[in-house]
Amino acid sequence: MEHLDKLIDKEPVSFELGDGMRNCAQLMVTCLVDAIYPSVGISAVEVLEAQGITVEFPSDQTCCGQPAFNSGYWKDARAMARHTLDVFSVTNGPIVVPSGSCTDMIVHQYTELLKDDAEYLAKAQDVAGRTYEFTQFLVDKMGLDDVGARFRGRAAYHSSCHGLRGLNLREQPRVLLSHVEGLKQVELPCSEECCGFGGLFSVTMSSISGSILERKLDNLEESGADLLLGNDVSCLMHMAGGLKLRGTQIEVKHISEVLNTHD
Amino acid sequence: MTNLTFYERTRDALEDPTVNQAIRVGARRFVSHRASTVSGLPEMDRLRDRARVIRAETLNKLDVFLAEFADNVELNGGRVFWAKNADEANDYVVKLAEARGVRHVVKSKSMVTEEIELNHALEVAGVRVVESDLGEFIAQLAGERPSHIIAPVLHKTRGEVGELFEKELNVAYTEEPIALNDIARSHLRDIFLSSDMGISGVNFGVAESGTLSLVTNEGNGRFCTTTPRIHVALMGMERLVPTFADLGTMLPVLEISATGQRLTVYNNLLTGPRRSGEPDGPEELHVVILDNGRSDTLASEVAEILYCIRCGACLNICPVYQSIGGHAYGSVYPGPLGSVLTPTLMGLEQWHELPHASTLCGACKEICPVRIDIPSLLLRLRDASSKANHSPVWIRTLMRIYSIVARHPKLFQLGMRFASVSSRLFAKEDWLNRLPPPFNGWTDHRNFRALAKKSFGQQWAERRSTEHTS
Repeated sequence: MEHLDKLIDKEPVSFELGDGMRNCAQLMVTCLVDAIYPSVGISAVEVLEAQGITVEFPSDQTCCGQPAFNSGYWKDARAMARHTLDVFSVTNGPIVVPSGSCTDMIVHQYTELLKDDAEYLAKAQDVAGRTYEFTQFLVDKMGLDDVGARFRGRAAYHSSCHGLRGLNLREQPRVLLSHVEGLKQVELPCSEECCGFGGLFSVTMSSISGSILERKLDNLEESGADLLLGNDVSCLMHMAGGLKLRGTQIEVKHISEVLNTHD
Repeated sequence: MTNLTFYERTRDALEDPTVNQAIRVGARRFVSHRASTVSGLPEMDRLRDRARVIRAETLNKLDVFLAEFADNVELNGGRVFWAKNADEANDYVVKLAEARGVRHVVKSKSMVTEEIELNHALEVAGVRVVESDLGEFIAQLAGERPSHIIAPVLHKTRGEVGELFEKELNVAYTEEPIALNDIARSHLRDIFLSSDMGISGVNFGVAESGTLSLVTNEGNGRFCTTTPRIHVALMGMERLVPTFADLGTMLPVLEISATGQRLTVYNNLLTGPRRSGEPDGPEELHVVILDNGRSDTLASEVAEILYCIRCGACLNICPVYQSIGGHAYGSVYPGPLGSVLTPTLMGLEQWHELPHASTLCGACKEICPVRIDIPSLLLRLRDASSKANHSPVWIRTLMRIYSIVARHPKLFQLGMRFASVSSRLFAKEDWLNRLPPPFNGWTDHRNFRALAKKSFGQQWAERRSTEHTS
């Protein structure tokens, strides 16, 4: 646990904002949470509010453009990136995203995508500099390790690839989960291996994707977990769909839902 | 080359449980060997950083280093041939064989000769070619191409090799690795001694001395390059290091990443043919430096792939490679590296599926000894491929529509509302077990979650209005 303690250097909980506002964060909810898993967004908001953060939700937000970017439609992705930047560049304060891959898109790919567009490159740099994945925000930015959650279960945590390798989200979710009362974290064999989702890859090369998914679900079953957690609903939806087809009774939740449970 | 499409080859690979198992076990063994070696080497990260710098500096002044290398090879008494493409390289070797009356060629493992299909060219000209690397020897007996750039028959089990030897070499069946090795060894010994020409690849050419660095684990490489009277070495034009000091960085990085060995068994440094008074070595040394698309790659937006030192680590770690193995890629360069290199060297139009054969999980970038950002290169090729309209029309249309809708929030919300209602119409307890084409691939392997009754946006708006009224 030494490395965990080292990680949390207890930054002050409050952070400075431009125009006199304090402790206010913007929520970029992501299109998948908005449409398929709204409860993840609600949980994220409630966890942040419980920490004294005022959450704002710019209602014109849509999709960060990652699906188009990853399938090679950069022109379309650029258009979506510009829209997202228009929505968030006029806001203040940190932008919190309950998804590692969408955060990585905004933080790392927008600048590549818009490198020839000076106006939007500047917006991209501003927005990238204050965008955080949900657990990254809680742990790295707010210096928290315990949000006072209670949840009974044996949880396996899946580190989604873009958050893991793009944002180095290794310990942050685990730190938070280690302080959840009643929650036992079990080792997921090959936990850093991809679940096979890969966006449109799961449709166009679905049998390869399915074969990777099978290995992931075998590992999950082997872990003895009754709960699968992660910080990207895309991968969670992929694995939940596989479990559903198998008929395996393992609950699937986004980490914010566990952190927002107190019973 | 196979006539099947990428999808057919993939299906065949996924449906073969033996291949599947052999690849997964083999690839993972490489990964764990490498990991255990690296865990005892705190300096590995620094070495990798240094190796990346060396690769970058070499490629930035490749013309200078190539000229220096070629001059030195010739000063040492070797011949250099610059081959623009596969045909020129093959022609040179075939004509050389004919001119010197060569009937038998023995080869050590070389991916670049696989790339140009040199064996085929020689055999058409009536020259017998025998592969001497154990894996390549097995692949050649089976009439297959290598499925891995380091371990050519990663896809085969010991039992399959035993059956192959029994059938092709008239020996008793065994699946004992040492016994199998002995069979190959005694079979190859006479071939080494009776061959007139040895052909090898090159791991690194050292510019400052014209030295060829070759690493092998079986010693066959040394046999190939010293016993026959002619040695022909083929190298891709990017495979240079400026100095011996640089080689000192690159070799351990390569060897650890490839097999997890601190040091490969045979590290050969060959500087010129036999000199007068020396007891052994070839009478002639020919170095064929191959372009075959590399100059164009160097000028392209995926030039970074030329940093590759062919260790194979990205294949081993790749979840896609672990699922389908090397043959399904259809190219001599499989895995993440191949998914960039193959379309770049051989044409995106013919190979446009390969850049899409990745989940973009980034494990390849993480393990790459010279830290090539493979996912980013794959994405650039995907962009190029969509610009050239290689992808299916439905994806192009879907992305265009999605992008337009996503710029109009009201329309986006309306679209989501529509998707929610229609998905819920067919859902049973929030899940659909069938999606219509072209999305049916998804439900072939997992169920699909219906959209929520109320989106987050709607719930947020309601929450806000309650707050205001209360």
